[in-house]
Amino acid sequence: MLLKSKKVIIIGERDGVQGPAIEACMRSVGAEPVITQTQCFV
Amino acid sequence: MVLGAPDADSAELYAETVTEGDPSWAGALAGVSLGLPVFHIMEPVIKDQIDPALAVEHLGLMEIALDVEKISGVLERLRKSC
Amino acid sequence: MYIVSSSAHHQPTKPVVQGVSYFLAHVPGLTCHGSKPSREIKKDPPLRESFRSHLRTFEEAVAYPPNQVFIGNLDPDDLAHVPSPWYKHPVRDGSRWGLFGEIMPEDEFYGMMKICDEFQLLLLEEGFVRAVAVKLRQHPLFSDADLLRLGNGVSLADIERQLADGATLPMYDRGGRLVGCVRTGHEEDPNLTAEILMENLSVRASGALALRHQVAATGRAEAVDFLLGGGEEAVGDRYNRGGGNMAKAIGELCGCSGAGGADIKAFCSGTVHAIVVAAGLVASGIFSDVVVVAGGSFAKLGMKFQGHLRHDMPILEDVIAAIAVRVGRDDGKSPVIRLDSIGKHEIGSGSSQQAIFDKLIAQPLDRLGLKFTQIDKYATEMHNPEITEPQGSGNVPRTNYRIIGSFAVLRGEIQRADLDRFVEEHGMLGFSSTQGHIASAVPVLGHAIRKMLSGERNNTMFVAKGSLFLGRMTQLADGMSFLLERNKGTQGGV
Repeated sequence: MLLKSKKVIIIGERDGVQGPAIEACMRSVGAEPVITQTQCFV
Repeated sequence: MVLGAPDADSAELYAETVTEGDPSWAGALAGVSLGLPVFHIMEPVIKDQIDPALAVEHLGLMEIALDVEKISGVLERLRKSC
Repeated sequence: MYIVSSSAHHQPTKPVVQGVSYFLAHVPGLTCHGSKPSREIKKDPPLRESFRSHLRTFEEAVAYPPNQVFIGNLDPDDLAHVPSPWYKHPVRDGSRWGLFGEIMPEDEFYGMMKICDEFQLLLLEEGFVRAVAVKLRQHPLFSDADLLRLGNGVSLADIERQLADGATLPMYDRGGRLVGCVRTGHEEDPNLTAEILMENLSVRASGALALRHQVAATGRAEAVDFLLGGGEEAVGDRYNRGGGNMAKAIGELCGCSGAGGADIKAFCSGTVHAIVVAAGLVASGIFSDVVVVAGGSFAKLGMKFQGHLRHDMPILEDVIAAIAVRVGRDDGKSPVIRLDSIGKHEIGSGSSQQAIFDKLIAQPLDRLGLKFTQIDKYATEMHNPEITEPQGSGNVPRTNYRIIGSFAVLRGEIQRADLDRFVEEHGMLGFSSTQGHIASAVPVLGHAIRKMLSGERNNTMFVAKGSLFLGRMTQLADGMSFLLERNKGTQGGV
């Protein structure tokens, strides 16, 4: 699975890896985040 | 889809929801099989593509804290069964 | 003539935590009005029956080990010796009265909600009111004035007539018997619906009982200068959504006649933000006696009930929790909030866990010249894992303790192989109800103070995180932290 040019849906989590942190990583490899969310289940 | 869930159970719940349908049969995706490929940001197949310095900055701490092996195992199994 | 006061009152001081109280109301009948259950039951009405059959009795809620830890009858470390699942291992000598407060049964709490109702919004059935009045007369924190406010109730027919309008919300007991209702505050105002008013009345009632316990323990209610609300409710009308000042509404019922007040809003970390602000107000001399008070989050009742039903376990999110923390001037014995220890998540910090924990723990420790292992215990997100795990939400405290330990690994202060031991030694098991601003660090305060007063513990670091993104305004993370330290007995000085 090569991330470059792929559209990605990002579901981060408050106590795991948060959405914006994943988004920064995805953009750096040329992937295209279409949705970035951070969930909090507590 | 790329997840940041803190453990294997919650990663599995998400992944099942967007692949096979909501396992709790509660939400909008109950019985809806989207079949999206789901990965966790920490899985080597994803993380290894990220520039190492950037990965350390954003993911380094959580790589130690999370049970990456267990999370990877659950998601690999789910992707294969799709 | 202009006189500059030179009294000791205006000398800078260390802020100390003089006391903390906790309050739980066991409200199985209200649990169906929590956000998640009310939405799901509306979609699938037969669900109401299986929901009801999984509600706990008051005795079960009292004997539930995490609840006994919350009100101070058990130590958090005692939980490690209780076999899992905890709900199957009740505390034999569990009491509704605890070192830090109490667990109140539903009927008495409904009575307190009525006492809080100044706008004739809440109607209780007359027979129910008579029975509640008898019980509240026995309660040490209720007065004759309270019983006057409780009133005589109305007939069941009146309540049924009110419910016919569709905008009124029924109040049941655990068995499903109709005992009252809450009316809408204005026909055309979505901010004064019966649901919102019921939530706000329960926040006021629970907050007031936490504060009454606090002033009963530390005395002199009228000496409180200022109240800071740390709750997650939104009091207001269509022109002032979230207008607030629940703090004063609570203080009014607790004899705090000399107090001003305001609320601090910061999602789950609001209570810790408020404690830090209280410390600042006391240290600066602006005020000398400040109480942080936070009522319960009604909306989260039954939030994870689907996981509980799936595992055929009782619905554990059936309590409303509240807290009151009194911050005052150095008395030479109460634990000290170190002003040089405050950690804050900054707008420019970024939202990686590394950035968050760097700001909240690593940088404060560097300032203090301490290592991670020199903090006896960390208080983090203390959500009871038995509530969260069945719904796939994981063990939140354990994850957070692992993150803290991992930071110590990254800094080379411990070995990676010692991570589990770090978590065991510097962490604890989650024991809090899952209502964000209550669960976030502050449930540990009572136990930390108790152990610092007895000399068993030197310090505890309180670390709270908030999820600002839930409000759809920003993706920013949030958090606040402070170090609480045993008072070494030298009064004065900063």
